[in-house]
Amino acid sequence: MGVLYFIIQQTMYFAIPLLIVAIGAMYSERSGVINIALEGIMVMGAFVGIFFINIFQDSISGQLLLILAVLIAGAVGGIFSLLHAFASINMKADQTISGTALNMFAPAFAIYVARMIQGSQQIPFTDTFYIAKVPVLGSIPVIGPMLFQNCYITTFIGIGIFLVAAFAIKKTRFGLRLRACGEHPGAADSVGVNVAGIRYAGVIISGVLAGIGGLVFVVPTSTNFNATVAGYGFLAIAVLIFGQWRSGKILMAAFFFGIMKTLASAYSAIPVLKSLPIPNEIYKTIPYIATLIVLIFSSKNSQAPRAEGIPYDKGSR
Amino acid sequence: MNSKRKSIFKGEGFVNFSSSILAIICGLLFGFIILLVSNPSQAVNGFLMILKGGFTDGMKGVGDVLYYATPIIMTGLSVGFAFKTGLFNIGASGQFTAGAFAAVYVGIKWTFLPASIHWLVALLAAILIGALVGSVPGILKAFFNVNEVISAIMMNYIGMYIVNLLVRNYIYDPLKNQSVAVAQSAILPKAGLDKIFAGASLNIGIFIAVLCVILIYVILNKTTFGYELKACGLNPHASKYAGINEKRNVVLSMVISGALAGLGGALLYLAGSGKYLQVLDIIAPEGFSGISVALLGLSNPIGILFSGLFIGHITVGGYNMQLFDFVSEAIDIIIAAIVYCGALSLLFKTMIHKIQMKRAKKAEAKAVGTDKGKEA
Repeated sequence: MGVLYFIIQQTMYFAIPLLIVAIGAMYSERSGVINIALEGIMVMGAFVGIFFINIFQDSISGQLLLILAVLIAGAVGGIFSLLHAFASINMKADQTISGTALNMFAPAFAIYVARMIQGSQQIPFTDTFYIAKVPVLGSIPVIGPMLFQNCYITTFIGIGIFLVAAFAIKKTRFGLRLRACGEHPGAADSVGVNVAGIRYAGVIISGVLAGIGGLVFVVPTSTNFNATVAGYGFLAIAVLIFGQWRSGKILMAAFFFGIMKTLASAYSAIPVLKSLPIPNEIYKTIPYIATLIVLIFSSKNSQAPRAEGIPYDKGSR
Repeated sequence: MNSKRKSIFKGEGFVNFSSSILAIICGLLFGFIILLVSNPSQAVNGFLMILKGGFTDGMKGVGDVLYYATPIIMTGLSVGFAFKTGLFNIGASGQFTAGAFAAVYVGIKWTFLPASIHWLVALLAAILIGALVGSVPGILKAFFNVNEVISAIMMNYIGMYIVNLLVRNYIYDPLKNQSVAVAQSAILPKAGLDKIFAGASLNIGIFIAVLCVILIYVILNKTTFGYELKACGLNPHASKYAGINEKRNVVLSMVISGALAGLGGALLYLAGSGKYLQVLDIIAPEGFSGISVALLGLSNPIGILFSGLFIGHITVGGYNMQLFDFVSEAIDIIIAAIVYCGALSLLFKTMIHKIQMKRAKKAEAKAVGTDKGKEA
């Protein structure tokens, strides 16, 4: 039982950031803009968030600091994503190219600023956010050790974000309009929906969530930030495709990848796997190979938004 | 009529060129602002260092530029070639690493080969393995409709970890955590370049890269195969309707693209410049530089050659800039800014192109009108 709890707790560390970022990607893509810049936005959010923690960890501590850092990471991600929104909505640029530019910019910027300010590119931080056991809830049998022990407050923030986002895209007027802009922007425009505005909202939401996701990824899994989120932004896009652009399926896809990633990084703590004669590197490739296999089966009947990646041109209505 | 068509084509080349120049200027300006914000007193000196690039220390500097440009011209060609077929090969890094491993492995282990062809076999091995790695996203795209961007990124990580594993198991130097040195016969010949550019680690790699540029130019512009590839890139449905086997072309395009990137890896790691395959969890940056090179060169082989040289130039400038206490990552920021502006100037380009077309049409209409007048 102990091993099972351990796997679930570890899975949370990996699955929650994936879930947050993939939900962000869903908002962007279902509004009609491919956001391949998520990786870069995650780096940017994590960079500023961790830097904030690094500076203020002596004066503020614990959960308040983490929540503030999450807010800052989200704001930075949102602002950074404006660049992508401007290029792909106003300038009708190639969205893959603009996204790639952002992906190249973020790590270079993070390393440059870190080295200019503190000399080395790694930003260390003290993990004062770890919750060994949530009072009351942590004592519930079975569910307690699964969800409320050895956890971080970011797990609950992530689940909260998911619930709100899944509700908003399905049940609100804004969500309906957003989906319409991704499927048939001409039709949406003809009934008075501001397509550019909605798409801006979609990209900014994805930026905010990716920024948060970057920080949420780094905090539980490391004690310093080295200008990388290990391809998580791209994995999140794979989760989105695997999840067929639908929030419920994205949730399952994110946890599938979370388990894969847990096997890859924590296999040595799982007795059955540790005894197998498989080298470390093979375990590390598991999430990526799993992604390929899953994509082979889920790409054939793709339910991608129709107008995804196509700049909206009023003249072609 | 003929002369008119020619002038439009001339204009197109000019617009392409000027849009790239515009992007470069914007990117450099942005870089200057970054320098200015981070250290105002030294910003001008540092920026001049970037602009001077390889010309700061004479022939050695020029040799360094060529040395840095060689692998990124290859990855640039790789990415650009795939772009022509409508594919975004973001996996050049993985193909590059795999090719580098194949070349280094042959260079270390296959010493039974005659010295004169040892390096050649190593290059061929790199081409083969690069093509093999490149074929995976191609096959997945053609037969399973898998987005090649995602699958190529996954291949980057898979390639990196597997190469790390292979290096550790077969050609490992545990003291330095890297591959052991390749045999002397596997190192690319210098062909006198080391005398011309004394101090730089230049070799015939740059010639091989230029050869590839010419080869790709010929394939794309002078062969039926190249025409089919471009047709698939412009409109896959139309080319399928016209009887082109678009699945075969997608796979072949990725295979060639992978081969180019793999060869690039070999050219870098067989240069005899003290570069070894290191066992680190870092994806080869040359693949991403290749994306910038291809975008800046507008996927045109000749353009890629020059943009590769340009990026090599400012990379050397970035190293020199460290004299003034700047961090060389400023160059990566500038390159990213150039690529971003490049995406925007695509709009600028189409705008001018449209104006040109309109003018040409008006002129034509006028000509037709006067002809009719004459008839009446």
